[in-house]
Amino acid sequence: MRVRLQTEPFDAAAEVAALTGGRTDVGAVVTFTGICRASEGGEPVTAMTLEHYPGMAEAEIARHVEEAERRWPLLGVRVIHRYGRLVPGEPIVLVVTASAHRHDAFAAAEFLMDYLKTRAPFWKREERPDGARWVEAKAADDDAAARWSAPAPPRRDAAAE
Amino acid sequence: MKILYFAWMRERVGKAEEDVTPPAEVATVAQLVEWLAGRGEEYAHAFANPKIVRAAIDRTHVKPDAPIAGAREIAFFPPMTGG
Repeated sequence: MRVRLQTEPFDAAAEVAALTGGRTDVGAVVTFTGICRASEGGEPVTAMTLEHYPGMAEAEIARHVEEAERRWPLLGVRVIHRYGRLVPGEPIVLVVTASAHRHDAFAAAEFLMDYLKTRAPFWKREERPDGARWVEAKAADDDAAARWSAPAPPRRDAAAE
Repeated sequence: MKILYFAWMRERVGKAEEDVTPPAEVATVAQLVEWLAGRGEEYAHAFANPKIVRAAIDRTHVKPDAPIAGAREIAFFPPMTGG
């Protein structure tokens, strides 16, 4: 399964091993792990709860994985997003991209994360010492996602690396 | 049609989902928002700022001018904060 939503933690190393095991065409693997922080804007966060839209969340992430595969010559992709209650230090999201050359894996991982932030139907509710509140969307995340709306850059010539 | 609410919209409306039958003249997502907002204080509160309300029809993001004819499931939610 390339896209998984789950409450339990994930093992990034195991996911990389599953993508690369037994093959010799992969030359680059980029792994991004998002982790629950203990502070936001200088204020303490004691825990967060991630709500999601079951059914749509999987479908929306899968659509972006397919889009990433159209844009870059990827040899493997994994996206794992947790939901439920998480405490600081726990991993939230994992994106793994594999390709022959590093540029494609880096770009695809960043593309996927930018879209996860703004288009995947998840909502974070932070618990703070003074009460709980829904996290507000950041304009910077919209800007980060918008830069991918420009026409896709031409595929890098693998022979040039 | 089935309407779903998420995050603080769910809290404001006071329910996660419901079945509604809007009148025939309600043809777009924006018109549905206006109609729902008129159903009571909790709905008015949830839809107080229609500009930030996001919508999905049958689990695909849509814009306010999207037609709702034939929709089985329409979801309303605040801007997403995953990742």
